[in-house]
Amino acid sequence: MTESTKQAAPVADAAPATGRRDVRALLQERWQWLAAAALVAAVCFAPFQLVPFRVFQLTMVLVYAVALLGLNLLVGHAGQISLGHGAFFAVGAYTSAILLHDHGLPHLVTLPFAAALAFVLGLGLGVPALRLRGLYLALVTLAIAIFLVPLIKRFESVTGGAMGLTLEKPVPPAWTGLAEDQWLYFLALAVTALAFASVYGLLRSRVGRALHAIRDNEAAAEVMGVKLSFYKTLAFAWSAMLAGVAGCVYTWTIAFVAPDSFTVTLSITLLAGLVVGGLGSMAGPVLGGLFVVYVPSLSQDINKGAPGVVFGLLIIVVMLVAPTGLAGLAGRAARSTRKVLQKERRNA
Amino acid sequence: MLEVADLTVRFGGITALDGVGFSVARGEMVGLIGPNGAGKTTLFNCLTRRYDADEGTAGYEDIDLLRAAPHAIAALGIARTFQNLGLFPALSVRDNVLVGAHHQGRAGFLGAGLWLPNVRREEARLRAAADAVLDRLELTKVADHPAAGLPFGTLKRVELARALAVEPRLLLLDEPVNGLSSGEVEEFAALVREIRQDLDITVVVVEHHMGFVMSICDRVVCLDFGRKIAEGSPDEVQRDPAVIEAYLGTAA
Ligand SMILES: Nc1ncnc2c1ncn2[C@@H]1O[C@H](COP(=O)(O)OP(=O)(O)O)[C@@H](O)[C@H]1O
Ligand SMILES: [Mg+2]
Repeated sequence: MTESTKQAAPVADAAPATGRRDVRALLQERWQWLAAAALVAAVCFAPFQLVPFRVFQLTMVLVYAVALLGLNLLVGHAGQISLGHGAFFAVGAYTSAILLHDHGLPHLVTLPFAAALAFVLGLGLGVPALRLRGLYLALVTLAIAIFLVPLIKRFESVTGGAMGLTLEKPVPPAWTGLAEDQWLYFLALAVTALAFASVYGLLRSRVGRALHAIRDNEAAAEVMGVKLSFYKTLAFAWSAMLAGVAGCVYTWTIAFVAPDSFTVTLSITLLAGLVVGGLGSMAGPVLGGLFVVYVPSLSQDINKGAPGVVFGLLIIVVMLVAPTGLAGLAGRAARSTRKVLQKERRNA
Repeated sequence: MLEVADLTVRFGGITALDGVGFSVARGEMVGLIGPNGAGKTTLFNCLTRRYDADEGTAGYEDIDLLRAAPHAIAALGIARTFQNLGLFPALSVRDNVLVGAHHQGRAGFLGAGLWLPNVRREEARLRAAADAVLDRLELTKVADHPAAGLPFGTLKRVELARALAVEPRLLLLDEPVNGLSSGEVEEFAALVREIRQDLDITVVVVEHHMGFVMSICDRVVCLDFGRKIAEGSPDEVQRDPAVIEAYLGTAA
């Protein structure tokens, strides 16, 4: 064993064992890191192995994962509800589209504007949301989503009305040697990684604990010094901002925006995707993104007439089999695998 | 340290507190007793700004407590436990305790989202302090367990740990040993005594368990139907005819 591996795996090193046992011990102690490394490798190699349409699909998974990450912050972590997150997604998408179309800004430069506008709107709507809870909050946020489509159509001169806006996709820099779809994928991947890292940092600080405390017991949270109005409003704003970021990357990816892409159905799909993926977990938004992108296209293959029916039925099935969502199911599977491994180790 | 005067709280037709007044000196341990519905929890809820008082005042270290914001109570050095447990069920025991230390942190959304070094330092500091509290209350073993699913006696200790993480000068305990076995009650009494000595905390405790109250309180206040009917040393209050009457009245 070299010096560096000794330092990296002190626990595995401590076990008196042969080479074979060493490997297994290493696998058990470090499986999370190994799994993460394998995932990173797969995620980076995928666009080189797949046809452009498949790469496009994966890019859309990332777009939805970011939107769901934002929704999860509000719903899964802070325990509030939003049936209108499609509206913030649309605001991000249109902000980017208009800046690209009318002002010719570079794609990446549109991102902070999309994020900022969605954040400000989220902040503005977070204030009335303070006074509401449960069903009332659901209705008000739903109303926002309903209002949005006619609003976009009304301001035709800026938004292109019902016809929408057609845009250019980001051009990959020559030094990368990447194709258009691959470049887009990596842009989306970078945004997704940053968004997840940021939310992860937030959740393991006192901010994340305050949100969880509000979700679990508002009165006790307040007695412990958590200022409810501050945390709820900012959770709303951050959540909206992430949806706006997702909308912006959506615009880069599709290179076209039209009001009919942002109907109430989008908001409801987002919430359904999150619940199926798993509320309140880091993996939930990714699994939800996979579900939202792949299930409709799979169900189209199964039944051409009614993909919506298959989608809906699958949501029901997942909720019956795994009430904590796919992330909960995966967690349970990982725990039982670990138990089996541990038992094996004891017997060995 | 705490001066309550003429405190009155009404809910519709019910007068839950009716002109209650008493004071607690620094370092004292005061028992608050009285039959169910006497208004003891309502008094705590007033002091921690869960309820608004209709009349009266509550002064705490020269501050008008009744004008403080509900979330500002912890930063004033006041912590409480709840009669029916007010924990965060999905959070681990450690995170429950860490929420108690919330007001000692500064981290905001942006700083935490950007992984700023000062946020990480603060987090390390809060965690070390929380671990010390967990250790003191013998909760280290269950620190990573979600609060939901732990035995009731343990949850009572977790709530005390969370209150201590506030680093309070005034601690309000609402029926801390209700539902515990007699062995656990004695342990809890020893724990409270020890904490009081070590940390120099003033305590007001609501409790029906007379043995517990008599063994750890310096002074006892008795409420009945929202009025103060007796106040004095544990012995005096226990022998007070009005107190005996109040308790017999409910027992009958
Ligand atoms: N939020 C509330 N709404 C209406 N009545 C209440 C409320 N809280 C307490 N009360 C009433 O106030 C009285 C005192 O209750 P409480 O303070 O809980 O008594 P104790 O803690 O001494 O058993 C009771 O009659 C109770 O029903
Ligand atoms: Mg009570």
